[in-house]
Amino acid sequence: MSVTACPGCATAPVGGRRGAIDVPTHHLVLPGIHCAGCISTVEAALLQQPAIRAARVNLTKRRVSIVSEPGTDPTPWIVALSRAGFDAFEAGAPEERQGDDLLLPLGVAGFAMMNVMLLSVAVWSGAVDSTRDFLHWISAAIALPATAFSAQPFFRHAWSALRVGRLNMDVPISLAIILACGMSVYEVMHGGAHAWFDAALALTFFLLIGRVLDQRLRRRARSAADDLAALEPARTTRIEGDARINRPVAEIAVGDRLWITAGARVPVDAVLEAGETQVDCSFLTGESDPVTRQAGEALYAGEVILSGPVTLRATAVGEDTTLRRIAQLVATAEVSRGHFRSLADRAAAIYTPAVHIISAAAFLGWLIVTGDMRMALNVAIATLIITCPCALGLAVPAVAVAATSQLYRRGLLLTSDTALERLAGVDMVVFDKTGTLTERRLTVPADMTDAARAVLRSLSEASDHPLCRGLLSGLQDVSPAPLRDIHEETGEGVRAVWKDQAVFLGRRTPTDAAVVLRIGADEVLLPARETLVPSAIPAVAGLRALGLKTAMLTGDSPENATRMAGDVGIDRVWSGERAERKLDIIEGLKADGLRVLMVGDGLNDHAAISAADVSIAPGSALDATRNAADIILVAGDMAQIPDAIRTSRAACRRMKQNFGIAAAYNSVAVPIAVLGFATPLAAAVAMSTSSITVVVNAVRGFQRCKSWLSWCRVH
Amino acid sequence: MQILVVLVPCSLKLGLGALVAFIWTIRARQYDDMEGDAARVLLDEDA
Repeated sequence: MSVTACPGCATAPVGGRRGAIDVPTHHLVLPGIHCAGCISTVEAALLQQPAIRAARVNLTKRRVSIVSEPGTDPTPWIVALSRAGFDAFEAGAPEERQGDDLLLPLGVAGFAMMNVMLLSVAVWSGAVDSTRDFLHWISAAIALPATAFSAQPFFRHAWSALRVGRLNMDVPISLAIILACGMSVYEVMHGGAHAWFDAALALTFFLLIGRVLDQRLRRRARSAADDLAALEPARTTRIEGDARINRPVAEIAVGDRLWITAGARVPVDAVLEAGETQVDCSFLTGESDPVTRQAGEALYAGEVILSGPVTLRATAVGEDTTLRRIAQLVATAEVSRGHFRSLADRAAAIYTPAVHIISAAAFLGWLIVTGDMRMALNVAIATLIITCPCALGLAVPAVAVAATSQLYRRGLLLTSDTALERLAGVDMVVFDKTGTLTERRLTVPADMTDAARAVLRSLSEASDHPLCRGLLSGLQDVSPAPLRDIHEETGEGVRAVWKDQAVFLGRRTPTDAAVVLRIGADEVLLPARETLVPSAIPAVAGLRALGLKTAMLTGDSPENATRMAGDVGIDRVWSGERAERKLDIIEGLKADGLRVLMVGDGLNDHAAISAADVSIAPGSALDATRNAADIILVAGDMAQIPDAIRTSRAACRRMKQNFGIAAAYNSVAVPIAVLGFATPLAAAVAMSTSSITVVVNAVRGFQRCKSWLSWCRVH
Repeated sequence: MQILVVLVPCSLKLGLGALVAFIWTIRARQYDDMEGDAARVLLDEDA
């Protein structure tokens, strides 16, 4: 790789392996990747596809960008990845590199600070007269352009606040930087002993670190939200003449005929053209039993076709679908979030006026007592610089980044930047039942022969259909039967040959959702039952161990709900509740002074999710619900919820500790500064040590190397 | 103190060099996927 162009040039080559000419045409979201092994498997699987010229995984963003012909249908790639063991979803192009804005100012401030600091060390170690002036002038030549460039983010924020007559944290920062530079230039011109250039740069540098961390956090939350949008069925099959063509859902118009296979979600509102089908509309009603729809009856976007394939005619698309309209109605109810004030905001509200008042008082005090303007200004600047919230600006973002990274590695995506703090304050957890705590599972009849069990085990191992995976958990102690000619027919089942008999696991008939095991001519029905998801019991036990109240809120019948609640160990049950009532119940709990965490997946939980203090939705939830939720459980493992609450509590404790540390530094440094004993050296020492202490305290204990440990275990 | 005339420009040049190198790393998108780059170290690309 040769880099001959000027490094500062925007058009510098970015390295042969990425290829500046090869602009990615497709982006896939891969929620399940986590290690080096995953990277190589995914890239190798994709490069085997004939249409793909290049593929590169971004592990941080859990995405892969692919170079191919524009407009190529990515479905075969997604199928190939799922064979390799990765769920992939098509996504739009990511937002272009807005986030690196602050890295450059940070770098400039950092390097300028180091150089000026070196020169300052020479001054502090005893340079006098013309040598000192010479070093000061060089410092000025570095510091003035560097601060003018690097501190712009603060100047801009401060100005936008001042223009509307308000104060924010950036006002004292900008004031300190400008005054320090201006006063230092004046001092240097008059051969003064103290110049504050290094302090102005250090201030900019440390505060920019906080801003960069903060920005990364927000960017991750935003890209998480973008990725979630990709989990929605972005494509569907349209019948065009005699052909069935895979199209983006956005291209579907009213009147189009669609071909939907069993197991797929209905992408738009539609009517059934012919025959009958069973659908799962639990997302709307919360009831898990399938509903039968006849030809001419309406199906709504978001419903899951259980028996098929079926032909539909679209009746409403885009924003007109029932799903969207309900989601919009509920969105207007989202008010509670706006009132939440983060720790950082509350700290800034106390801090900002305090800084101004103390420095103004120091200035006036010295002016009145000594009548020396220059002396008074110097003291005021020293006070401003020392009180400036270096450590405060780092106290919250450093902890938040460490904690959210840890949660992210465990499969929890925080889509809101205050979610961490809100999660820490929770004292009651309300679960939805269907789809969250329970799932529909096939059960093995008790009178099934051992030979049939063996066949069943082998057949279900051959498929990665969720129902088959559920079946396997009940067949752990059965040894599999030897099968040959295994093949899976999408939407129907798995066929194979066992001891010269045809065996089959799947739907009894294409229009019947009941699942049977057929060996030769014998047929055994596998009844579907609602069972708890495996992670529900440890999740509830973990929450109780944390001293949290638990409750279940469901649209299902009281008997079902009470039985499930008893099995999982939940204290309180509300059953047979419709969506509006769910909202009232949550509001009622909040009125009682409880802070509520709502865990739910369906549209019937949407209002409750929006109203709760903080909410979690599994990654399989509808996009409208996911967008309303603060935290997404990517892998749907609920046993992570207690851990997440523990992490968020630890994070909030750490933030408060950090504020304590910063306050302790200030309580020592401010009197020194106000009394006029602060020198640039003292300011530099105080600023650096407090910032470093706060950052070290923030990252302490939040492990970063979890993914490496798991990687080593697998390989 | 005459040595400063040599040493100060030297230190300035070194600092500037480091800054230019840093700008280059940003342009080369080396901060886009730090987790991925850390993991790729373990991959045997030739295999």
